[in-house]
Amino acid sequence: MDLNTIWFLLIGVLIAGYAILDGFDLGVGTLHLFTRDETERRVMMNAIAPVWDGNEVWLLTGGGALFAAFPAVYATVFSGFYLAFVLLLVALIFRAVSFEFRAKVDSPGWRRAWDIAFGLGSFVPALLYGVAVGNVLRGLELDAMRSPTTSFLGLLNPYALLVGLLGLAMFVLHGATYLAMKTEGTLQERARHWASWGWVVFIGLYAVTTVASYIAAPVLFERWFARPLTWLLFALLLASCVAGPMAVRAARFGRGFLASALATVSIIALAAEGLYPRLVPARPDPAASLTIYNASSTPYTLRVMLVIALIGMPFVVAYTVWIYRTFRGKTVLTAESY
Amino acid sequence: MDVVLLSRIQFALTVGFHFLFPPLTIGLAWLLVAIEWRGWRSGDATYVRMGKFFGKLLALTFAVGVATGIVMEFQFGTNWATYSKFVGDIFGAPLAAEGVLAFFLESGFLGLYLFGRGRVSKGVHWFSILMVAVGSVISAFWILVANSWQQTPAGYVLREGRAELVSFWAAVFNPSTGPRFFHTVDAALISGAFFVAGVAAYRLLKNREDELARRAARLAIVVGLVASVAETFPFGHLHARQVARTQPAKFAAIEGLYTSTSAAPIVLFAYPVTPPPELKAKIEIRGLLSWLAFGDINTRIRGIDEFPPADRPPLWLTFVSFHNMVVLGLYFIAAMAWGTWMLRRGRLWDSRRFLTVLVISIPLPLAACQLGWMAAEVGRQPWIVYGLLRTRDAVSPSVPAGDVLFSTCLFGVLYLLLGALFIYLLVREIRHGPEPAHA
Repeated sequence: MDLNTIWFLLIGVLIAGYAILDGFDLGVGTLHLFTRDETERRVMMNAIAPVWDGNEVWLLTGGGALFAAFPAVYATVFSGFYLAFVLLLVALIFRAVSFEFRAKVDSPGWRRAWDIAFGLGSFVPALLYGVAVGNVLRGLELDAMRSPTTSFLGLLNPYALLVGLLGLAMFVLHGATYLAMKTEGTLQERARHWASWGWVVFIGLYAVTTVASYIAAPVLFERWFARPLTWLLFALLLASCVAGPMAVRAARFGRGFLASALATVSIIALAAEGLYPRLVPARPDPAASLTIYNASSTPYTLRVMLVIALIGMPFVVAYTVWIYRTFRGKTVLTAESY
Repeated sequence: MDVVLLSRIQFALTVGFHFLFPPLTIGLAWLLVAIEWRGWRSGDATYVRMGKFFGKLLALTFAVGVATGIVMEFQFGTNWATYSKFVGDIFGAPLAAEGVLAFFLESGFLGLYLFGRGRVSKGVHWFSILMVAVGSVISAFWILVANSWQQTPAGYVLREGRAELVSFWAAVFNPSTGPRFFHTVDAALISGAFFVAGVAAYRLLKNREDELARRAARLAIVVGLVASVAETFPFGHLHARQVARTQPAKFAAIEGLYTSTSAAPIVLFAYPVTPPPELKAKIEIRGLLSWLAFGDINTRIRGIDEFPPADRPPLWLTFVSFHNMVVLGLYFIAAMAWGTWMLRRGRLWDSRRFLTVLVISIPLPLAACQLGWMAAEVGRQPWIVYGLLRTRDAVSPSVPAGDVLFSTCLFGVLYLLLGALFIYLLVREIRHGPEPAHA
């Protein structure tokens, strides 16, 4: 396996790590828009409060790693999705400050405002990530300089929006399962209800998206099942789509959470497998695509970065697991809660 | 307006606003390491309450720092695509390293610090604030590596229209990394010290017997004095010597040296006018600049006249920001020295005037950080990578001016809102004060 492929995989790992970790934060935040009373809202926020910030770092590191390993992709995609990124950043800013800001003033109007900021600040990213992925899978229109030429409204095409909805369903389902795991009583019952419906919507949307992809994103089907890896990933996705709803029904939420995480990882891996070795397929001329070879940094930089990742990531994983273990169990409101 | 100017305005706005928060976070985190250590080791409830109180203020500061920091991580790609392609082989690595080696540490352990009291042992709880503080300094290191490489690029070759890395260590420890790192991190300590001292002074103005505030003031003033002295000498001095050697045009601009001179003077006061560049109402000490920068009062230093107009940084802003930073730096030493003297004489608690000075001084180190940053970044112009790539050639070719105008206005409005809310909540929290002793 060459260095470029290793970095393709590592960035995939960072994206998948982000999706399964901050994914449930975004799902919980979106569901927060549908809460009933102050205690419920506080429990939901505090269920993710100690960990959301660390989870978001997967995105920052993913961005940094993409810049370091495939600078041409970082430059092309981020400038090509300019207004969408601005919208995403504004949403993430509101989400980030809403925890601290909301808790500091005990007035219904103030809290309502920050509830909306938190909810929309989670909903918008949860939707936009899928829209961005949809556009990449569909292929970007690149000019001779490999600069994207699609307008903001052009990014909101039906296929990308469909993938956006699929992503949203995935995050909401994952968040609902996390919430069921971390709560008790009526809120847990509602979370379970959300998770059950989440699975139905997710599986339905996945089926529709797969058909739509066949037309709109043919890159995904070029080697359709030619490689055993695709079969394996597809089998994992199917297995989690069976095990997940069963676990939710049986109120085994830890298992349900693993299933929604597995579904998330396998769906991302399937998309990555379809793209490989491309990172950004180009339209109308596929030869203009950005690949892991023509968009990459030098082998020396990739090697240096690999060493940094190999030194740093084991520690990150170790203390992250330890911190999660410290906060395991049901969320209880204390004096230190938001 | 053109895309270059708009993108520069947006970058200056977003990085300037963001940079209000990390220095405070770093400084406050290290003071909390000391506070929590004493709380843990002595079991003294006053330090525990102090830790909780300043911990809350850290959380608020950290939140806005994180929120505005996300923008920075992506802005190179959104607005500076040509730059990103040109430097990606080198510049991306420190950003990624910052994520892997620092952000995870800071964020993960901050959650544990804020919510883990009672869940983990006291020692582990102290360890968590230590990791936040260590993480914040590692983060400062890597982002300053990236910035320093823009200022004094090293360890690269130009190949196929981009800068390619040939020596990681040469790029990381390029000529300005060391001086910039110590100067900046020490500035953060000063910011934290003045913040804690000012907040404590405010509480003392309300109640001169407040034991928690007295101890906080004592700690902050001592840390503040040491940090303020070190900031000028050796750190500021070493940084200036490095600039004199590696970025002579910037050095000439910040020092107001418009013609090459032997026995170059330090300008104590002046008002720069252009064109031609000239200093009005100048008060100077001849030879001092040559001596400080090169160890000999007769050394000839290159003035701005030796650089073609196209390679000169803006003269007014660099001169004014640099000199005001220096003035503030000297003020910090004076204020903290005075505070230490009053502490020793046991007169601090009774001097309402000095306590008021401390309260008013809270934002001044942050102002000095902004001014220093301006001198560094504006002084690098017209280059985005010194001597290699011009700022005007670095923007995203595909982003229309209207989009950048829109995003600049949006960030402008949003940051005004965030800034106002931050100050409102911070002041509210400080007024409310620490939780009562018997609770």
